[in-house]
Amino acid sequence: MIRIIDLHKSFNGQVVLDGINLEMPTGKITVVIGKSGVGKSVLLKHIIGLVKPDRGQVLIDGLDITQLKGRKLQDIRKRFAVLFQGGALFDSLNVFENIAFPLREKTRLPEAEIFNRVQERLAEMNLSPEVGNKLPDELSGGMKKRVALARAMIQEPEIILFDEPVTGLDPPMSNTVFHLINKTHAASGYTALVVAHDLPEVFQVADYVAMLHHGRIIAYGSPEEIQSHEDPLVQSFIKGEVDFLEA
Amino acid sequence: MSTIIRQLGRWLLNWVQEAGSMTLFLLQGLALAFTPPLRPRRLLEEINFIGVKSTLIILLTGAFTGMVLALQGYYTLRKYGSEGALGSAVALSLIREMGPVLTAIMVSARAGSAVTAEIGIMRITEQLDALETMAVNPMQYVVMPKLLAGLIAVPLLTAIFDVVGILGGYLTGVVLLGVSSGSYFSGMVQSVELLDVNGGIVKSLVFGLTIILVASFKGYHTQHGAEGVSRATNQTVVMSAVLVLAWDYVLTSFFM
Repeated sequence: MIRIIDLHKSFNGQVVLDGINLEMPTGKITVVIGKSGVGKSVLLKHIIGLVKPDRGQVLIDGLDITQLKGRKLQDIRKRFAVLFQGGALFDSLNVFENIAFPLREKTRLPEAEIFNRVQERLAEMNLSPEVGNKLPDELSGGMKKRVALARAMIQEPEIILFDEPVTGLDPPMSNTVFHLINKTHAASGYTALVVAHDLPEVFQVADYVAMLHHGRIIAYGSPEEIQSHEDPLVQSFIKGEVDFLEA
Repeated sequence: MSTIIRQLGRWLLNWVQEAGSMTLFLLQGLALAFTPPLRPRRLLEEINFIGVKSTLIILLTGAFTGMVLALQGYYTLRKYGSEGALGSAVALSLIREMGPVLTAIMVSARAGSAVTAEIGIMRITEQLDALETMAVNPMQYVVMPKLLAGLIAVPLLTAIFDVVGILGGYLTGVVLLGVSSGSYFSGMVQSVELLDVNGGIVKSLVFGLTIILVASFKGYHTQHGAEGVSRATNQTVVMSAVLVLAWDYVLTSFFM
């Protein structure tokens, strides 16, 4: 269980998170939706300890990650994987080396075993073994996301954070990535946080949905509850209505 | 007037803050060299990038520097009938000053800017964050091998620069201008002392660490996308050159 309690964060006096309270149940996929720039990615980075809050707690099974440093922080991060918005694949390594990276760094598995596991993950992501020899620059956006997902999955983490997993992809590829998230979740049962603004596609992976607006969670519930939520802000966002204040 | 003083104070405070941050960055990076896991392969990759791939440009600049020194030295020394001292003039200039300084500036221009761009792009594309989330310390994986490579590669490149420069001076002084080969080398052997060589080595060690430190620091703290990478790269080249020359003055005053 991940619990976020009264989380506050400002950058140069601008309030980004203004008292976030949120629970992400173990083994479930929680989706945080909201407009671009409302702080969804900042929230995600707090959960893995990449950003320190001004105030508040992020409890991972009761352990406050905001208070951890050094070895203890590294140990808890071993339970996580993150799929970054742009994939964050290492430019200097080919696809095979990118996927194998966590295994080579954090385990003592023989190369033959690493090879087998990487091939399995490539196949799971519908990528041919030849893709393993390509550099990230040679891949399409959808392939990059799938390689990044393969890298995230390679150590079978307990918790995966997805930062805008389908942003910039065409609708068929978006559906493919969401399908792969569903498939891997069904197989591994990891706890997941998906940060996205791709509606209604994102509802197909969500067990719970939270909407972030002006630094606060203004709605939380099952996808059905959110879709029928009475708050006009939620409805306006779901329907993709023009935001006259920003237009 | 008060505005100028305020701006000067702010600039000074920023400068002190950056110098402090850079010192902590250096200490952290070097301390990680003694913390497992050690990655010798990463160190070799960086020595290859910073050192081996800079060899050609060092050969060229070293040769031409030696040739120019010999040319200038010959016409100056001839006025006093001291052409025989050409070898020692070329060697001392190269070993004490020109070798370490020009090598550092060339490495800064070729490898320092590339190091900043590489780390800066890793920062803005979240590759450094990705390392952290995999419980891999980016300071240890990315920065530390570069710092060590700078310490190892720049003194070796300086030695190459010195040797090639002396041979370039030989080509101009002896082959083209007719100075005696014996006096060129014997003058050199008599005038160059161990202190000169040690001074050159110490300078190249300090310069190597300085340019890679500045390059890594600027890259690591890159912000604001591609424009930020461009700004950081530019700052690296300018700051490295200024610091190398400032360090050169300080170290020369110790070794004189």
